[in-house]
Amino acid sequence: MTLLEIDALSVSIRGKTILDAVSLRVAPGEIVALTGESGSGKSMTAFATMGLLPHAAQASGAIRLDGRDLLPLSDPELCDLRGRAMGMVFQEPMTALNPVQTIGRQVAETIRIHARARPPVRADEQAAETLARVGLPPDRFPLSRYPHELSGGQRQRVVIAMAIALQPRLLIADEPTTALDVTTQAQILALLKRLAREDGMGLMMITHDLAVVADMANRIAVMNAGRIVETGPTAQVFATRRHPYTRALFDASRHRADLPPATPGAPLLSVDNAARDYPLPRTRPFQKRQQFRAVRNVSFQIARGERVGLVGESGCGKSTLTRAILGLEPLQEGTITLDGLPVTPDAPADIRRRMQVVFQDPYGSFNPRHRVARLITEPFHLLPDPPRGAARDQAIAEALTAVGLRPEDADKHIHAFSGGQRQRIAIARALINRPDLIVFDEAVSALDVRVRAQILDLMADLSRSYGLTYLFISHDLSVVRSITDRVMVMQAGRIVEEGPTDRVLSAPAHPYTRQLIDAAPVLPDPEAAA
Amino acid sequence: MLRYALKRLVSLAVSLAVASVVIFLVVEVAPGDPASFMLGINAREDTIAALRSELGLDVPKWQRYLAWAGGMLTGDFGTSYTYRTPVSEMVAERMWISLPLALYALILSTLIAFPAGLLAASRRGRTSDMGVMAATQLGVAIPNFWFAMLLVLVFAINLRWFSAGGFPGWDDPVQALKALTLPAIALALPQAAILARVMRSSLIDILGEDFIRTARAKGLSPGQALWRHGVRNALIPVLTILGLQFSFLLAGAIIIEQVFFLPGLGRLIFQAITQRDLIVVESVVMLLVFAVIVVNFAVDLAYAAVDPRLRQKA
Amino acid sequence: MTRNLILGGLLSLVFVAAAVLSFAWTPGDVETLDIANRLKPPHAAHWLGTDHFGRDILSMLMVGARTSIAVALVAVGIGMGAGVPLGLAAAANRGGWLDELISRGGDLVFAFPSLVIAILITAIFGPGAINAIIAIGIFNIPVFARLSRGAALSLWAREFILAARVCGKSATRISAEHILPNIANLLIVQGTIQFSLGILAEAGLSYVGLGAQPPVPSWGRMLADAQTMVSLAPHVAIIPGLAIVFMVLGLNLLGDGLRDALDPRLKVVRA
Repeated sequence: MTLLEIDALSVSIRGKTILDAVSLRVAPGEIVALTGESGSGKSMTAFATMGLLPHAAQASGAIRLDGRDLLPLSDPELCDLRGRAMGMVFQEPMTALNPVQTIGRQVAETIRIHARARPPVRADEQAAETLARVGLPPDRFPLSRYPHELSGGQRQRVVIAMAIALQPRLLIADEPTTALDVTTQAQILALLKRLAREDGMGLMMITHDLAVVADMANRIAVMNAGRIVETGPTAQVFATRRHPYTRALFDASRHRADLPPATPGAPLLSVDNAARDYPLPRTRPFQKRQQFRAVRNVSFQIARGERVGLVGESGCGKSTLTRAILGLEPLQEGTITLDGLPVTPDAPADIRRRMQVVFQDPYGSFNPRHRVARLITEPFHLLPDPPRGAARDQAIAEALTAVGLRPEDADKHIHAFSGGQRQRIAIARALINRPDLIVFDEAVSALDVRVRAQILDLMADLSRSYGLTYLFISHDLSVVRSITDRVMVMQAGRIVEEGPTDRVLSAPAHPYTRQLIDAAPVLPDPEAAA
Repeated sequence: MLRYALKRLVSLAVSLAVASVVIFLVVEVAPGDPASFMLGINAREDTIAALRSELGLDVPKWQRYLAWAGGMLTGDFGTSYTYRTPVSEMVAERMWISLPLALYALILSTLIAFPAGLLAASRRGRTSDMGVMAATQLGVAIPNFWFAMLLVLVFAINLRWFSAGGFPGWDDPVQALKALTLPAIALALPQAAILARVMRSSLIDILGEDFIRTARAKGLSPGQALWRHGVRNALIPVLTILGLQFSFLLAGAIIIEQVFFLPGLGRLIFQAITQRDLIVVESVVMLLVFAVIVVNFAVDLAYAAVDPRLRQKA
Repeated sequence: MTRNLILGGLLSLVFVAAAVLSFAWTPGDVETLDIANRLKPPHAAHWLGTDHFGRDILSMLMVGARTSIAVALVAVGIGMGAGVPLGLAAAANRGGWLDELISRGGDLVFAFPSLVIAILITAIFGPGAINAIIAIGIFNIPVFARLSRGAALSLWAREFILAARVCGKSATRISAEHILPNIANLLIVQGTIQFSLGILAEAGLSYVGLGAQPPVPSWGRMLADAQTMVSLAPHVAIIPGLAIVFMVLGLNLLGDGLRDALDPRLKVVRA
């Protein structure tokens, strides 16, 4: 028997079609993955099911939960179902909880709001039991805790507890692990899987990451532009990949850039015993300031022409180290040198011009008021005699062409470009001074898989044609595998392991590296699956 | 929480100390010698010198500051140059009109603004929201002292529900409150308009937060989500405005007193200015600043009561 | 809504035009007294009636608008001119002693409402329009300092600012080239609001005798003079008040309209 049956669901907002005849079934105890790139309509499907579409949305078709169509229901009728018959977990655990209310009260609220008896009996005990079920036992995590006292993974457990407190028949999880570190992600996925099994609950998992659902979902539905293009048992979809879009997604997810062979030359970047402290807030007035050592005496070298990865989870110190390498923040101990010259916040322009950076956020990386020509020539500030007139135009045209854009794009504003194009522009800006070293700080993390594959290819091409040296900062092992020769693993301010990428990822020596690799979801090899 | 309160208390003390130095120095640079001003141009040198020493003007500046600031702490505000009576007595009487008036207006303003802001936010874009927004747009534009004159015209002169001015004293609290009612309304309405707008926009911001969506997914109705999860979070920016408003209300009270002939601090200070009775000006200004700083301290504590993140940070 | 922009713009324009026109022409003479025609309600010869000295109220309002607009405009200029650089400097120094000093200094000035500042200044230099300008201007400084600091702080965390730092640009240069243009909209909208608050503050100061002194006509003064005559001739109190209301309303609508047109998400402060 079907638990959830979405039948030819179409949603439009102000005449624009968001969902186009989506049909999907979820049986009790079944895990169904809904996957696709951003804007494909997967989240909208979830919100439609919960009856939480934006006011302007028009829906047609049917969404049947246990045979009852939800679309014609009034909001009070839906309120009765939400939280009791169906629950939802969201992407961003940092903002999904009310910051001024205790976690116990927020979990108990699900129980109170649906209680038949007044006053509700045992709401607090039930909340405590539910929190224990999701791995937050009350002896270690009392009900009186506030969200800001918990980590991201713990907060996501609270959100899950709120959703499952009344053991709903259907749980919808919208990118529940996207904002989490890889080891936390593995724990949350295992928890969701266990809860679905124990309660015989139907679980609809929405994710952009095929690997996440590979060993979890019973069935998979691939969405593109508001439609479901392919659906079927997970193993079958993975093996046959009938629809061209599914195939494109798979290929992009498993993509490895064609990196030219590394020909390491003389040492270029040299980090020697680097340490960086941050002052902690005083716990008492007039107390001596305590320091937090974010980077603990790190040493490494990068040779000219190498492509080196730096991986680690959030808070491991990799961003702090990156800023020090870019000469934005001072070190408390040790030195950083580029080609033998010291890199500090007061480093002269002729050192700075030899390195550039590409950041993660394609939307925050550019001053929205400037045109592309001005944006990508900002590094000219570092040149003693920057090119002018025709020479400047020539340099702009070359840089844009090198990243696969057209010289005419120089006159446009940044909002005219997509996320992937913006990352190309960011690379053009990094390239324009012909630096020796480019630092990529999570530079492909915000991109959809197909765009990500294109950008990785571009990086490989540029490395070939310009003989560049790359430092890749990333939390994502698959990216690092794709584009680096050598990798360093960072944990709690230290580099715990380093070596050739293939060797480290296939035969890790340090337990932390092994833990990272084990936790990272892997997409099965379609050839092996077939 | 205690640590947070202590920290705010230290900052309160520092603010008061700095404010007192600023006020003292500003009054110090005032041209002219109070003693010669008081005695007129025909006064003899030695009479002036005697008065200067009587007023304590012949000692170094820093000693005078310490004497003045130390006196303030013990309730001794010095002696009026003009009336030769202790400033503290003059101030004490009048303070009990200005401060209650500002407080009365603050309460009225809150009582009007909260429901109005809540109504407008919960019925966003509908007629009642439009109505509240239009009313507040007008309220923000009305000068309170002019509004006070209109109230006098309508309720005192034409309808004769209230007396047009004066104050009967606190012996009969009902009559005293009645005398302060029109001034308080005149002060409160324009401030209520501002507060309602802040309340509305703050609530609307909160309604866009993820945790409101979470609450809806638990089965709360829009109204329940607004009430249980919106209001307390929306209070944080509202409190900031409330703290600022008290200082405006206090200043406003001083002006409004002129319309209603209330013998409050306003009357005292404007008289003192015309008579160049600088010690009175200095003391009243310090008192006003003290009240504002203390209210802002209370607002800081209220922040911590509303927001658990603050309680721990400090 | 462009309706706000048009309505607010028109209202403000009417007052500015009236003030400018008053330099060349007013319907009546504001300096000659005509006791015989005192306290006349609006009629054909005097559209808005006459005051207690028989002067034409419309002419008084036109000349008074000059004072109001000049005081408020210069005060906003002072507030922006000093406040924005301070706010930008504080944000550039984020977390440092300069930031602390500027923020605490701003808090301290907020403890002195503009009226209290005016009282202090008047106590020293005596009353006058210039002192009203200084008082309102000083009060405006922390408003703009706080606003620009807050907006600039969130920009300093953005990646395009990091990119500019990697390009070796100094904090001053980044503030001028990247931060200021990106907070300009916010400053324009807040400037409009402070302008309207300045009109209100000037009226209040003039009303209690701390602002423009006779014979310079000002709206607040007109109301103070009218107070004792409210029961005899309500129009002398009602008309100048309405002028203030419409001018302030016009500026507020203009501010809202500008915000909606430039960027509806701008966070302005109104207090």
